[in-house]
Formats: sequence, C-alpha cells, structure tokens
Amino acid sequence: MDLNLLWFILIGVLLTGYAILDGFDLGVGILHPGARNDHDRRILMNSIGPLWDGNEVWLVTFGGALFAAFPHAYATAFSGYYLPFMLLLVALIFRAVSMEFRSKRESPTWRRFFDVSFCGSSALATWLFGVAVGNSMIGIPVGADREYVGGFFNLLGPFPVLVGLFAVSMFAMHGAIYLSLKTDGALQKRVHRWMWRTFFVFVAFFVGVTVYAVAAVPSATQNFRQFPWAWAVVVLNVLAVANIPRAIHHGRPLYAFVTSCCSIAAFVFLFMVALYPNLIVSSLNPEWSLDIYNAASSPKTLGIMAIIALIGMPFVLTYTAIIYWVFRGKVELGKFSY
Amino acid sequence: MDLDPVFLARAQFALTIAFHYIFPPLSIGLGMLMVIMEGMYMVTKDVRYEVMAKFWTKIFALIFAMGVASGIVMEFQFGTNWATYSRFVGDIFGSALAAEAIFAFFLESGFLAVLVFGWDRVSPRMHFFATVMVALGSIFSAVWIVVANSWQQTPAGYHIVGVGLDRRAELTDFWAMVFNPSAVERLTHVIIGAFILGGFFVMSVSAYYLLKGRHEDFARRSFGIALPFAAVFSIAALLSGHSQAVNVAKTQPAKLAAFEGHFTKIDGGAPLYILGIPSEEQRRVRGGVAIPGMLSFLVHGDWSEPVTPLDDPAILPEGHVMAAGETLSDYWPPVNACFQLYHLMVGLGMLFILLTVPALVLRWRGTLFEKRTLLWVFVFAVIGPIIANQAGWAAAEIGRQPWIVYGMLKTADAASKAVSGAEVLTSIILFSLIYLSLLVVWIYVMDSKIRVGPEELEAGPPSAARERWLNAATRRADASTGDSVTEVPGEDR
Repeated sequence: MDLNLLWFILIGVLLTGYAILDGFDLGVGILHPGARNDHDRRILMNSIGPLWDGNEVWLVTFGGALFAAFPHAYATAFSGYYLPFMLLLVALIFRAVSMEFRSKRESPTWRRFFDVSFCGSSALATWLFGVAVGNSMIGIPVGADREYVGGFFNLLGPFPVLVGLFAVSMFAMHGAIYLSLKTDGALQKRVHRWMWRTFFVFVAFFVGVTVYAVAAVPSATQNFRQFPWAWAVVVLNVLAVANIPRAIHHGRPLYAFVTSCCSIAAFVFLFMVALYPNLIVSSLNPEWSLDIYNAASSPKTLGIMAIIALIGMPFVLTYTAIIYWVFRGKVELGKFSY
Repeated sequence: MDLDPVFLARAQFALTIAFHYIFPPLSIGLGMLMVIMEGMYMVTKDVRYEVMAKFWTKIFALIFAMGVASGIVMEFQFGTNWATYSRFVGDIFGSALAAEAIFAFFLESGFLAVLVFGWDRVSPRMHFFATVMVALGSIFSAVWIVVANSWQQTPAGYHIVGVGLDRRAELTDFWAMVFNPSAVERLTHVIIGAFILGGFFVMSVSAYYLLKGRHEDFARRSFGIALPFAAVFSIAALLSGHSQAVNVAKTQPAKLAAFEGHFTKIDGGAPLYILGIPSEEQRRVRGGVAIPGMLSFLVHGDWSEPVTPLDDPAILPEGHVMAAGETLSDYWPPVNACFQLYHLMVGLGMLFILLTVPALVLRWRGTLFEKRTLLWVFVFAVIGPIIANQAGWAAAEIGRQPWIVYGMLKTADAASKAVSGAEVLTSIILFSLIYLSLLVVWIYVMDSKIRVGPEELEAGPPSAARERWLNAATRRADASTGDSVTEVPGEDR
C-alpha cells in the first residue's frame, strides 16, 4: 500500500468518525423542535452539550488532512463549492452559538429564536453535507486547469438534493436513537416514537437513493466490478439497517445505536469505494479528475503526516473515550448545563 | 461595478481573522490564569479559589464558543478564497494546520467538556487536569498556527518544484519548517500578548466589582492574581518585541523599514520616529518626532550603523530579481498603514507597563483598591490589549505585502480562480452581518454573566475547607458591617 492510498483511507476514517459522531448531534438538532416544553428542549441540547464540540473537530481535522494530503482536491472543492460552503460555515456558526446562548436568558422570544436557529442550522448543515457527497459521486464540471467552471445551481441537481435529504433522515434517526439512550420517562417515550418515524423515512430515502444511483449514476457501481468484495459491505449494510428496528423492538437502544453507527460507517465506506481512486470527478472529461495521485502532496509530506497521525490518533481516541465515559448515562440538568 | 476578487478576498480574510482574533488570545490568557487559580485551590484547598475558578470557567466557555464558531471559518477559507495559494503551499502549510487539528483542537475540545460541565462528575484533581489540558491545548493551537504563519514570513525547509500550474513548494525538512527563522520569536510574542490580554480582562471585571462594592473578596483576589501576571508579561512583551524587531530587520528588511518609516539612508545612523505620517510619494515622514540614531542602536546596538532603508535594493527577498518595468516601490508594503499599526501596538505596550507597574507598587503598599479613578481606568483598559493584539497581527501581515509567501508567491496571484468578485462580496456581506450581530449578542450575554457574578458559597456537603471558610466569613461579617459575604447567589436568574 502506498502513502497516497493510506491517506485516502485516513481521510475516509476521519469522514466516518465525523459522520458517526457529529451525525448524532446534528440529528438531535434536527429533532429539537419535537420536544414539547422548555425543560425537554434543554435536556435535548444538554445531551450533546459536552460532546458536540469535540465531534466537530473531526470535520476540522478532515479539512486540515485534506489540505495537507491532497491540496489540489481541497482547493478545487472548496473554491468550487464556494457559496454552499459559505452557507455551511454560517450554519455551523449559528449552531455553535445557539447552544451557547439559548438558555442564558429566560425570555421566550430569545429562546425561540435560538431554537429555530439550532434546528435550522443543524438541518441545513446536514443537507449540505449530503449535497456535497451527491455531487462528488456524479462529478462536477472541473476543467483541465483543475478549476471548477460551473455555477451555484450546477450543484443542486436532483441526485445531490436527494442525497442531502437522505443525509437529513439518516442523522435524524441516528440522533433519535442516541436520545433514547440519554433520556427517560415521558420524553423517552416520545423519543421512542421519533425513532420509528425517522427510521421509516430513512428507509424510504435509502431505497430512493439506491435506485437512483443504480439506474442513473454509473460511477456509483463501476468500482464494484473491480472490487467484488465490496458487495460484502453492501450486504452487511443492508443487514445493519434491518437490524436497527429489531434492536429498537427488543428495547435495546445501545445495540440499535451501535448498529446505526455501523450503518453510517458502511455508507461512508461505500461512498469512498465508489469514488476511488478519484477525489473529485470531472464531469467534463475523466482525464481532468483529481485523484489520489495527481492531487497529492509530496511523498515526504505524506510520510510525515502519517507519523503525525500515528502519534496523534491514539491521543485523540483516548480523549474521546474519556469524555464519553465521563458524560455517560441519562442527562440531568444542573447548574452547569446549557 | 468592477469587483476586484483579490481585494475582496483580502478584505474578507481581514474581516474574518480580525473577528476571530478577538477570542483565542483571550482564551489563552484567561486559560492560563484559570490554571493558576484552580492550582491555588488544589494547593490551599480554599473554597474561595474554587469559586473563582468556576466563575472564570463560565466566562471562558462563552469566549471559547465564539472562538470555535469563528475559527471553523479560518480552517476552510484558505480553500474557498485562496485556492491558488492552497495548491502552492498545501504540502507545507496544510501539514501545520492538520497538526494543529490533531494535537490541539481535540485536546482543547475534549477537556473543555470536563472543564465546563464536569465539576460534579469528576474529582477535583481530574478537573484541574482538564483545566491544564485546555490551557495547554489553546497554546498548542497557537504554536501550530503561528508556525504556519511564520513559514509564510520566513520560509525554510522547502524547495520549489514544477512549473506553471504545477509550481509549488514542497517540504524538504520538517523541523527546519517548524523552527523557521521567525517562528520562535513570533510565537513568544503572540503568547505574551495573549497573557497580557487575559490579565487585563480579569482586572477589568474585578475592578468593576470593586467599584460597585460587590463580590469584593473575590474581586481583590482575582485582581491580585491578574495584576502581577499582566505586569510581568507587559515587560516581557517589550523584550520579546525588541528581539522580534531585530529578527524582522534581518529577515524582512522591507517590513521593518515600513514599520519605522525608514525611507532612505541618513548619515550617522537611522532615526527612530515616535510619531509621524510617512508619505510614500515624498519618501519621508511628515510631522515626525524622532530620536536620531535610535533605530540603528535598537537594531544593531550601534548608533551609526545603517539600517536597510526602503530605497535600498537589499529590501528585496534574497535572490529575487525584479521584472522589467518594476520599481523598488512595487515591493513596499503600504508604509503608512504599517507605520501606524506598529506604532499603535508599541505605544499601547508601553502604556501597559506604565499602568501595571505603578499599580503593582500601590498593591504592595495596600492602597490600590482605594484608588477609584485608577480602578475605572482598569475597567476600560482591557480594550488596550485587544487593540494591541489586532494591530500587531495586522502590521505583521500587511508588512509582508506584496507577498503572501515571502519571496515566493505574491498575494495578487494567490486568490481562487473559480470564485467571482460578486461571490466574495456576497459572503463578505453575509459574514459582516452575522459577526456584527454575534458580537452584540456575545457582549450582551457576557455582560449579564458578569453582572450576575460569581456564586456565593451555598449549602453543600460540609468539608473541612468549607468549614474554615465559613468560620472566616462569619468573623469578617461580624467585623465589618455592610460588607456582607453572603450576597444573593444570582445563578442563571
């Protein structure tokens, strides 16, 4: 395995970590308006209070790693997706401050404003991630000079929009399962209903995206001929998705949550398989696509970065484990809560 | 309307970095003071220090949240607005940024959770550990970002490969890149600037409480910790600033000449302008007040040794040859802006010393907290270090112009080609509106948190330390009427 492939895998690992971890807290944001009263809304917000910031660092690290390992892909994608990215940044800013500010005042107007902003920004950010994934699969107009030549609306084709909605439904379900671990009493019963509803919406979009991809996005299935073993992941993924309602039905939310994590990991994995070896597919000419070789940094830098990752990642996993352990169990509002 | 994408991209970067740069220095400075406060609690087991640590932690969380929210923009806008730059330096700059994320951001964000939400969940020892880790994480973050920025100022450990679209800098020596010629000095100065801000911030809030006669014991103690801290680092800033200026004279002569408005060689050593308005057309400082030979003395330790002036070709980066039709002034940074920003920073730095050192003497004599006017000065003085940090950073960045990577890539060639001026303008308007409203809301929330103040001691599981404190409190309450130590706790109203 060469360093370029290693970094392709590491980028995938970071993306998986981000999707699983920030996935549930974005999901909680999407579900937030479903809570009936102020107390329940605070419970929802505080269920992710100590965790969301660390989860978002996976995205920042993903961005930094992409910059360092594949600067051309970073530059083309971020300047090409300019306005969607600005919207994403705005959404992430609003999300952060909504949580921080919301419960700092009693005023209902104040709280309602930040409730709306919290839910809206969570949904928008999730949808935009999905749109980016969808566009990566179908390819974007990139010229021979590696520059994006399309406009804003080129990025809003039917497939990316559909993948965006799929992402929203998936994170909402993931968030609902997470919440059933963190709540109790009447709120948990409500959350239980959300789990079922979001699961069925998610399955509907899952089927929709799959049918669309198989029928109309050739690049989505091309690589499976080359890597037949990837079909195993497809099968495992379907099993994982099917296992979610089973686990919910048996009243084992932790099992459902782990399964949901596995399913998200499988989706990211399949996405990366479909993309390989490209990072950005040019819809104008396949020769102009940016792949893990022509978009990469020098082997020297990739090697040094691999050492940095090797030193850093054990620490990162240790902190993450410590924090999730410290804040395990049901949410209780205290004087240090949001 | 003709929209220049490069100018707009610069304006946007200036806007977003300036807004962001309000918060991290405050987190770094306050974080270090919180380590001291909670450390004193660990040593003395005096609950009053725990109350201090808890109050400042709440304030810290608000500052940190703004730093995170505005910081995520920084990570991505190299790619959105400066794609050509990103392609050129990704091999080097990208690694420093990725290292920052892995080594600093995870550390900070993880332990921040314990710091803010974990008071009841972990042991005091573990909590103190978390505080230290957050402070350390914020410093690590400064380390990597200043390393990356310093590499733009004084590149090292690289070579240029490729031509045309493929031309870029590649890493040859990682440690030479990290310890590039200006990294250590710039980092020291940045951290010191952050510590000064932290000290002034704590003093500002404490002075306000003292003037209002609220939480006086808390305020005296907080002020007492922050004052020597700020004084020491104000003096340290002068020393580190000096050594950094000497470094700039060596590595980026055009920048130093612009800072000092030093246009042309003068016999008998270069003068140091205290005030004035440099004019690029007239090539002199108008209305200047100067000390003859002082600049030569500061740079070389010799009153008459010349300092490279702006009209000397030696200001060009080593090995750079001017293209036909270019003049030397094409390689000047905007002189007046550099001069004023630099002088603003230095002037404020002097004021910090003039303010903190006498205050320290008064504190030692025990009369500081009776000087109401001085306390009012301290309430507002916190604005000084904020401006000084901003001005210093701006001077360093403007002083590097016309280069984005010194001697290698010009700013004019570095912006995204796929992004139009109209798109950048849209995002500038968007960010201006959002940042302005965020700033207003943030100040409002900070203000109300500060008005509520630290919690007063309340009923809890009795501990030996709490017993001691309550006994002492009762004694003091008996001794001085009207100075009650059991004020109403105003938790979250």
